[in-house]
Amino acid sequence: MKTKRRSLLEIASLTAKEITLLLRLARRMNPAKPRPLLRKKRVVLLFYEASTRTRVSFEFAAKALGAATSIVYAQASSIEKGESLLDTGYTLQALGADLIVMRHHCPGAPHLMSRHLDIPVVNAGDGMHEHPSQALLDAYTILRNKRTLRGLRVVIVGDIFHSRVARSNVHLLTKFGAQVTLCGPAELAPDVAASLAPGVRVTRHFDEALRGADVVMMLRVQKERLAGRQIRMRDYIAGYQLTAERLRLARRDALVMHPGPIVRGMELTAEVADGPQSAILQQVANGVAVRMAVLASALGVAR
Amino acid sequence: MTRNNKPDCWLLKGGRVIDPASRIDAEMDVLLRDGRVAEIAPRNKLRGSADETFNARGLIVAPGFVDLHVHLREPGQAHKETIATATAAAAAGGFTSVCAMPNTSPVNDSAEITAWMQEPARGAVVNVFPVAAATVGSKGEQLTDFRALQRAGAVAVTDDGKPILSEEMMRDVLHAAATLNLPVIQHAEDTRLTAGCSMNEGPIAFRLGLRGMSAESEAAIVDRDAGLAQATGGHLHVAHISTAATIKAVRRGRRNRAHVTCEITPHHFALTEESVGAYDTHCKMNPPLRSAVDREALLIALADGSIDAIATDHAPHASHEKQVEFEHAAFGVTGLETALGLAITKLQRERKIGLARIIELLSTNPARIAGLKGRGSLARGAVADVTLFDPGARWTFHAEKSLSKSRNTPFDGWQLTGRVVATIVGGNFVYRLG
Repeated sequence: MKTKRRSLLEIASLTAKEITLLLRLARRMNPAKPRPLLRKKRVVLLFYEASTRTRVSFEFAAKALGAATSIVYAQASSIEKGESLLDTGYTLQALGADLIVMRHHCPGAPHLMSRHLDIPVVNAGDGMHEHPSQALLDAYTILRNKRTLRGLRVVIVGDIFHSRVARSNVHLLTKFGAQVTLCGPAELAPDVAASLAPGVRVTRHFDEALRGADVVMMLRVQKERLAGRQIRMRDYIAGYQLTAERLRLARRDALVMHPGPIVRGMELTAEVADGPQSAILQQVANGVAVRMAVLASALGVAR
Repeated sequence: MTRNNKPDCWLLKGGRVIDPASRIDAEMDVLLRDGRVAEIAPRNKLRGSADETFNARGLIVAPGFVDLHVHLREPGQAHKETIATATAAAAAGGFTSVCAMPNTSPVNDSAEITAWMQEPARGAVVNVFPVAAATVGSKGEQLTDFRALQRAGAVAVTDDGKPILSEEMMRDVLHAAATLNLPVIQHAEDTRLTAGCSMNEGPIAFRLGLRGMSAESEAAIVDRDAGLAQATGGHLHVAHISTAATIKAVRRGRRNRAHVTCEITPHHFALTEESVGAYDTHCKMNPPLRSAVDREALLIALADGSIDAIATDHAPHASHEKQVEFEHAAFGVTGLETALGLAITKLQRERKIGLARIIELLSTNPARIAGLKGRGSLARGAVADVTLFDPGARWTFHAEKSLSKSRNTPFDGWQLTGRVVATIVGGNFVYRLG
């Protein structure tokens, strides 16, 4: 039987139904109970950018499904010798890879690969563009804690401009009718961000955005990016750090999320990161099941 | 220039001659002799006769098209294109003259390279008019020898892809060029604002996670340069304008009595940033494809005469320079063979811009801007550079059949109306369809 294989490149072009199917499949996956759905399959993890959680998460997911995995880092491979992205892709395909999970600093790099290769490509983060498996595991985590995404008030805070996580989450959440507010200084949360999807709001005022919020997603803010944009760190912390006091403005059962890596004392306080409303480690744990679903679905063996 | 052995005397019979320079739009016969237009007269009224007749019935007979902006890639980048292949593509597109940008390798900043590009050994089939670098190595530090370059055949100066950002340098360039009547072509881009950018700034760039070039980064340079042109009396020609703000800056400059002309590329009047789609590198060029609002303003400016010329910015690249990550891909697309079809399809058919205006944009005006004496006109005594085209012919452009060495076009598979049937340079056919 010919199975249906397909790449996962971005959330933007998926339908709500396709996303629902992936999330439903994730609920049937349990990293502690391996299912040999990908036995005899070879999964290559191609990383052009440093990563800890995403890489380990995909690796564990592939192994939990019985696949053989191989990790390729740009720094220690032919890529360093000047091999083009496509030539690397053709080589991996010729070696017998059944699927490539890739992270790349260039937006659209997975699209290029998927256009030219016969095997599915899973985007594990492409520059500032998207990080679809992160948005899926975020939705999965929210749905473990909240009944539905519809009508949910979600605030995404920080460096929206550079964030692939923010873009993927905005696409996913709005497809399910969540009310998304993006919050940050104009340099990091430009007005144009509201054009990502209908109904998205951009605000500079964190306290106002927090009032009545069901979910607060914090993003990592890189110090060097603040410096480049003439924002003083002290001002940023005063305006946008999530503290326990601020969190009280949100709903009492509001969820605090963060794609990691977190910087305690920068975008959020240690108290909030470790507090009862924090879902940060849940997110990490859920990542493996969600990525099992992503891999199984990409190779057409989902059931 | 290679010449075939066909008779040097041709009668172009029964076509509709449109020559805006002579205000002619009528069925006329044209006699070409010794590389010149010997006679032009209403049907069957010619006094002279020719050895050979070309039946031009149903065709438009236009002064040969002049492309102010092409990248021939020689010397130095023959893997992308050669002067022979680019001019073959030019002939197929109806261009009888092309103005060659200096961003070759090495940069054309000398009389030697300028002369080399025009040597018969290059195998050009249409006229090649080099545009020389305005500063040594296009580094923006030291003026080149404009007089020597002009004597060697350069028709304008520019630092094209490396815009002249220093106000003092641009003033010096315009001043020196003014005394020689050389136009100064500026690729208007404040590169201090566009580093790392690969498409137009706006919602689409934001969604794709790409850094965007602002419209201001283009218009601000035009505003400044127009002021300098006015102060120095120089002729500023703005290359490939792409935004509504830029055409406003051009109009502002003209109101202040600056000598400012400008060109637009077919891809900027035919496409918008939407075409980038899922990172299509064949829609990556500089200036980038802009918004629908920008395109609309440019279409209005094409109709009302604010834009002087259509220039292709033909920029061939090898496939390995385009089949890469979007941010790593080379800027630019080919354009010589699709320019007329796009002009007729997008300007005449969709916007009711007349054929006479289109010919003005493709021939009359660019010939005048580059100071090409005896070209851009079919008046008696003019150089016998002629483009014959069928304005109603529908055809499909196939990139794999292009005469260019490269295939980087966003128009592969496009159905176009308006097709070049024959191209004559100096009285000789250099292209015939089929």
